[in-house]
Amino acid sequence: MSLLTYLDIGLALLIVGVAVSIVAAQDLFASVVSYVAYGLLLAFVWIRLYAPDVALTEAAVGGGVTGVLLITAGKRLTALKSVAPEAQPGLAFKLLIGVLATLVAGALGAVIMSLPEPPPSLAPKAAAAAAGAGAGLGNPITAVLISYRSFDTMLEKIVLILAVLGVWSVGSDKAWGHTPAPFRRSKPYAPMVFLAQMLAPIGVLIGIHIFWVGADAPGGAFQGGALLAAMWMVTMMARLVEPPRVDARWLRLALIAGPAVFFMAGLAGELVAGAFFAYPPGFAKPIILIIEAFMLVSITAALPMLVAGPPSERSEQ
Amino acid sequence: MIAFLDLFCIAAISAGTFFFFAGTAGLLRFPDSLTRLHALTKADNLGLGLIALGLIPRADSALSALKLIVIWVLVLLSGASTAQLIGRALRRGRK
Repeated sequence: MSLLTYLDIGLALLIVGVAVSIVAAQDLFASVVSYVAYGLLLAFVWIRLYAPDVALTEAAVGGGVTGVLLITAGKRLTALKSVAPEAQPGLAFKLLIGVLATLVAGALGAVIMSLPEPPPSLAPKAAAAAAGAGAGLGNPITAVLISYRSFDTMLEKIVLILAVLGVWSVGSDKAWGHTPAPFRRSKPYAPMVFLAQMLAPIGVLIGIHIFWVGADAPGGAFQGGALLAAMWMVTMMARLVEPPRVDARWLRLALIAGPAVFFMAGLAGELVAGAFFAYPPGFAKPIILIIEAFMLVSITAALPMLVAGPPSERSEQ
Repeated sequence: MIAFLDLFCIAAISAGTFFFFAGTAGLLRFPDSLTRLHALTKADNLGLGLIALGLIPRADSALSALKLIVIWVLVLLSGASTAQLIGRALRRGRK
């Protein structure tokens, strides 16, 4: 076996170890930190599987944005715990959870082990379709995402908006329309402000670059959008900007821009090219780039809003 | 000339790896958070810098060499800032 095989085996073992430490950690924060490490290790796995697009997404979303989201959620949970004593689930309930989780894991394992050889795959079909309508794009992943399975991609972004709505609807009636609570109550430390001021311009540039090269190289709207969202969050953490009011018109427009433009492009395809989400030949590339640009706006708006949380009454002070 | 460049790559990357090892040993062995932070940031900055330096002669183009430097500078920036933030949080926690 070559050295790389040993590295792969080491990586796989490390991931299982980190996964165990996520579940076994006593402390919520330690668990979240392990989860972020898990996301970064998974990104390495995707690199080893020659899927740099997925690796970028996993690093930005699995390691980055989800990490911030979970840390924020953990902080809020801890704050809640000090108000109301936590009710411990009984032993029977814990056992039931364990049995159900084992059943799900076992069923998944059984399905994977019983796959026919070779496993059924849509990849050849998708590749053929991407070479058709998505022609002109050098990156087959983007072509598949926006051309072959465009409907799924659009619905994914709608799910993101529904998630933001879900977060907002947790707020109290009186707080509706206010801004979410600031990321920090106290005055931010000077190094945080310095980091935000230095990092944000570079990060925005890299985010737009990753979106732009997505047509021909690994990258795209989701990866670029996650980076832009991270930059917005960094500036909010440094209190350089405050979270917007949830009823701000520009915010609402930014949230729906991606799916709306995507849907309109789909409808236009029905009229011009004869099928829902068909792109007229020769115009596929500019249309896909326009859709991706608006998707970028929506993702950049949605992810920080998920982290910022529901509107809060105290935020107006 | 090629052999010299290869030698330079090997030397720089080995030195970088050594600093990563030293930093990891420090992270595992040092007694408290501030000293562990010290070990970690020095190793990251210098180790990654040396590895990036060693990879530059092997880059395909001037642009990818520039990207390597940018990655190093970004890690320097975020590493130094977060070390300050963690250090401050520790000091506040102690009072």
